[in-house]
Amino acid sequence: MLVLTRKLQEVIKIGEDIELTVLSIDGDQVKLGISAPKQIEIHRKEVFLSIQQENSQAASTSINTFQALKKLKNT
Amino acid sequence: MILHTKFEEIIEICEEDILRFEQGLPGFEDEKHFVLLPMEGTPFSTLQSVSTKELAFFTTNPFLFFKDYDFELIESVQKQLKIEEESDVLVQVILTIQEPLEKSTGNLQAPVVINVKENLAKQVVLTDNKYRTRHVLLETSIVGQEG
Repeated sequence: MLVLTRKLQEVIKIGEDIELTVLSIDGDQVKLGISAPKQIEIHRKEVFLSIQQENSQAASTSINTFQALKKLKNT
Repeated sequence: MILHTKFEEIIEICEEDILRFEQGLPGFEDEKHFVLLPMEGTPFSTLQSVSTKELAFFTTNPFLFFKDYDFELIESVQKQLKIEEESDVLVQVILTIQEPLEKSTGNLQAPVVINVKENLAKQVVLTDNKYRTRHVLLETSIVGQEG
């Protein structure tokens, strides 16, 4: 992993068109500004991981639940 | 073509039925083709992988269960899915089934957005922190039928 030290308002440039700016530092919280092309998806990693995890749990479907759901009716 | 579903159904589908998830789904990045199969008489559907028989999700229309559900689709996603009008869009959320069934949850943080005109789809991760991965379906919304 490349490690760089930055101060407030300093910027890291990644490739041609991604820039990370250190906007504020408050104790153990760092606020970063990210400018990137619109097609680049940016997520908090823990959110993305929780979606992955939820999907893998949601995928453990069974024929039994399939049958049970069929018996449920919307009112 | 003939498709064997995870739930032991054999159905005939054509090219126009196939939804293309160009990036797969989080955790299933290689799965790019699914069909959405409504479960007749219920508010549910199955989202069945075309290439992997064993991969299928249960989904539902979130607006049936969560009346206030609301999110804005960012421009880049609109572009990716080639969405031009709101009426092109179908939204489903993936369910995680719990016991009892009424406690099952919907993933409102990552709705499946489908452009029904182009058959392009994507599980969109919302960034506004308003919703979580597990919202219990309202117990009053579904009741068991006899038998």
